[in-house]
Amino acid sequence: MKKNVWPLYEVFIRSKNGLSHKHAGSIHAADADMAIENARDVYTRRQEGVSLWVVLSSEIIASNPEESDELFDPATDKIYRHPTFYDLPEELNHM
Amino acid sequence: MEKDNLIKYVTYLADNNLILGHRLSEWCGHGPVLEQDIALANIALDLIGQSRMYYQYAAELTGGDTTEDTLAYLRVEREYLNILLAERPNGDFGVTMARQFIYDSYHFYFLQELVKSTDTRLSQIAEKSIKEVAYHKRYSSEWLIRLGDGTEESHRRMQAGIDELWKYADEPLIPATWETPLIQQGIAPNPATIKHQIDSFRSSSMHAATLSFPKDVVAQSGGKNGMHTEYLGHLLTELQYVQRAYPGLEW
Repeated sequence: MKKNVWPLYEVFIRSKNGLSHKHAGSIHAADADMAIENARDVYTRRQEGVSLWVVLSSEIIASNPEESDELFDPATDKIYRHPTFYDLPEELNHM
Repeated sequence: MEKDNLIKYVTYLADNNLILGHRLSEWCGHGPVLEQDIALANIALDLIGQSRMYYQYAAELTGGDTTEDTLAYLRVEREYLNILLAERPNGDFGVTMARQFIYDSYHFYFLQELVKSTDTRLSQIAEKSIKEVAYHKRYSSEWLIRLGDGTEESHRRMQAGIDELWKYADEPLIPATWETPLIQQGIAPNPATIKHQIDSFRSSSMHAATLSFPKDVVAQSGGKNGMHTEYLGHLLTELQYVQRAYPGLEW
């Protein structure tokens, strides 16, 4: 059953130099080379990017949704951790 | 006379890309997987986009009421000058990849020479097209290798595609009577200069794909003179349907 199914890859695109890669979606492919080409064909048809990463979805380690409370809720009342109390120079574009 | 040759040549280049692009577009919604459905549609659109640049040039050279649309949609079968390979039916994915590999391996090296054409307009079109075609060549040759050197069934189907289409492989390299003077003037690439590169790329890809060249092939030609296979007429009925049913329709 499993042997006729191409593995799933997650696709990350850098939209322009200087920015970081962002998750765009996923594609199926037989191997890494095909994954890059499929990602190119499916996700960069409209000038979305200048660089691609693909990674096997099975290699991604995700946080457990059941642990969301303890992982993320403590941050909600700590507004002082945001860098919003500084005046930033105008040259800083991507903060 | 000289201008007639050039018009025919530019129309021929346009027709190759339009007809093959249309064939590939027939895969849209029918691809084996979503990723390949989109990949084939991308290539189809690249080729149709390239054909527009040639048709626009041919229309300017012709003058009068001729436009890119009248050239693409309102000629009859015998007036299309595309190579026979372009109109061959899709078959299975192996046949489509065989057709694409044969075309791309010619098209890429052809454009490399067309960039040097003494006709600046053709040189610019070639310059603009070659990056797209470099990707097409990479795509189809990798599929040739993947399927040829894949499972028993994929090898059998890939070889069957090559066997079916090899007789059309060298048609673009046989100059038509209207092409020879253009080759002498440096407007059209000389097939003799690109044949070696094409053959060596095809050989190394076929070798990597563990495929063999069919033997005793009787080469087919005629497309450049408007002599087509039985498939072109059917293709054109679909391609031209809207303009024939609703003349002048725009949207």
